[in-house]
Amino acid sequence: MHPAYSVIFFTTASGAGYGLILLAALFGVLNGVPLDPWFGAITLGLGTILITGGLLSSTAHLGHPERAWRAYTQWKSSWLSREGILATATYVPLVLTAWGWLVEGSLEGPFGVFACILILFCLLTVHSTGMIYATLRTIRAWHDRMTVPGYLCFALLNGALWFHAISQMFGYQTPEIALAAIIGLFLTFYIKRKYWRSIDTIPGPATPESATGLGDIGRVRLLEPPTMTENFVQREMGYSIARKHAQKLRRICFFTYFLIPIILTGLTSSSDAWIAVPGTLLAALSASVGVAIERWLFFAEAKHVSMLYYGAERS
Amino acid sequence: MTLLPPKGKKKLGLVIDLDTCVGCHACAVNCKEWNTGGHSAPLPDHDPYGADPNGVWFNRVHTFEAGEGTASRTVHFPRSCLHCEEAACVTVCPTGASYKREEDGIVLVNEDACIGCKLCSWACPYGAREYDTDAGVMKKCTLCIDRIYNETLPEEDRVPACVATCPASARHFGDLGDPNSDVSHLVEEREGKELMPELGYQPVNRYLPPRTRQKDQGASGVGAALTPVTDPDAEGAGRFLRWVDRVLSR
Ligand code: SF4
Repeated sequence: MHPAYSVIFFTTASGAGYGLILLAALFGVLNGVPLDPWFGAITLGLGTILITGGLLSSTAHLGHPERAWRAYTQWKSSWLSREGILATATYVPLVLTAWGWLVEGSLEGPFGVFACILILFCLLTVHSTGMIYATLRTIRAWHDRMTVPGYLCFALLNGALWFHAISQMFGYQTPEIALAAIIGLFLTFYIKRKYWRSIDTIPGPATPESATGLGDIGRVRLLEPPTMTENFVQREMGYSIARKHAQKLRRICFFTYFLIPIILTGLTSSSDAWIAVPGTLLAALSASVGVAIERWLFFAEAKHVSMLYYGAERS
Repeated sequence: MTLLPPKGKKKLGLVIDLDTCVGCHACAVNCKEWNTGGHSAPLPDHDPYGADPNGVWFNRVHTFEAGEGTASRTVHFPRSCLHCEEAACVTVCPTGASYKREEDGIVLVNEDACIGCKLCSWACPYGAREYDTDAGVMKKCTLCIDRIYNETLPEEDRVPACVATCPASARHFGDLGDPNSDVSHLVEEREGKELMPELGYQPVNRYLPPRTRQKDQGASGVGAALTPVTDPDAEGAGRFLRWVDRVLSR
């Protein structure tokens, strides 16, 4: 699949945003961090910027952005519609939670409830983003059990690392986050490894024979495509990355997303601020680069079944 | 609504005979010509005479090779929307622009509601939807709804443009939901195939596989000898016949 930069930016930025907001709300409710208005403003504010920027960039690639409101109407069948509704609805508990934290200075009583709703909506929104991809039977690499857990883990972990970095700036000792982040990194790595192994070894069910119905004659291969130049379907669906490059990028992803953040978080988070702040910040930055690479690969490695009509040998 | 309608009785669709298709692309050309003035008009046609011609086509003809050695076949394969019963292109659409009609099963796009997110084209396993970069909306085969119900056309022309134009009569149009229709009979006789049944889209269109060759059926493979009309060497062949033969063999 063609890796469109707007979609990659959208899913990584908004994923990190929802993760960050979720972590902030969670630690706020559990009294894991002091309810300092500046701290709240920066974590919730940065999260809001990330999710809003992501949403805007996702509408930028539409043919008719001015009709985007129509995407709220088909929640009964469409995960894209559900994602749009959930993403928009999240702003309500977000504003109420921010009000409790920044203005009232408390996340108890009703504000605690709002924060819990906010946590739930963050999870549901990222989940529905994953479902848009996971429900496409046409793309083997996305129609995988690990797709949705992958989306959730990457969002939460990336958010956790940013939350950790910001709390270090405020001098908060949050060893729970460091520990959770390290465990989470291992978990995400496990999920991603499983995902990669699954798409490497189990092909999609369709074949050139089933796509043409000519299997009774024998093996089927393309002799002539319909046109000499590439059409929309080939440009949109036909992008495929060389295996060699994919392997290299998976390794870079491993270093930037898993190894560097784990080492940096483990080594620096309980040291003095002058080490802890740049250390945890670097961990978050490195992980963000890793997520972008992972998302790019998620598209570039995905083969669309319609390519069987254009010479692909397996789906 | 992008929820699929309850399954109707009527399932209009195409039956494509891969035995007789000669791969002339006439269906694709006539489709483009009709539809660039029809329901989804205009269809983009960029750089048509240049080095990189590009645009939206609802129907494209591929050519495949199947089997090995002397048993192999070259098969021309026209591909267009199959108007699936489980049309995921419809259910993924966030706006309701994509829909399947209950009355005849045709899958259409309402261009006034489409936001051009392209998700439906991702959901289509057959690569049948093409995005119009000029209009910013998705386009697809309409099964020529502007012909098949068009009372200003003579009755015999009320078939999709691709069917009307096929010089080899390789394309048939009809109601595949009616077991007694001509198309249903064809599918039954020739064991018409569903494309990629394993994906579960339940396409309505069917493809008739190439017939087995006479040779494979046990015939000699050599064309039967015809009795020559004129045999110049034959006894009794007069001068006139010899003359006819000369004229005809010029
Ligand atoms: S491109 Fe248009 S028709 Fe297709 S899913 Fe998006 S809004 Fe619906």
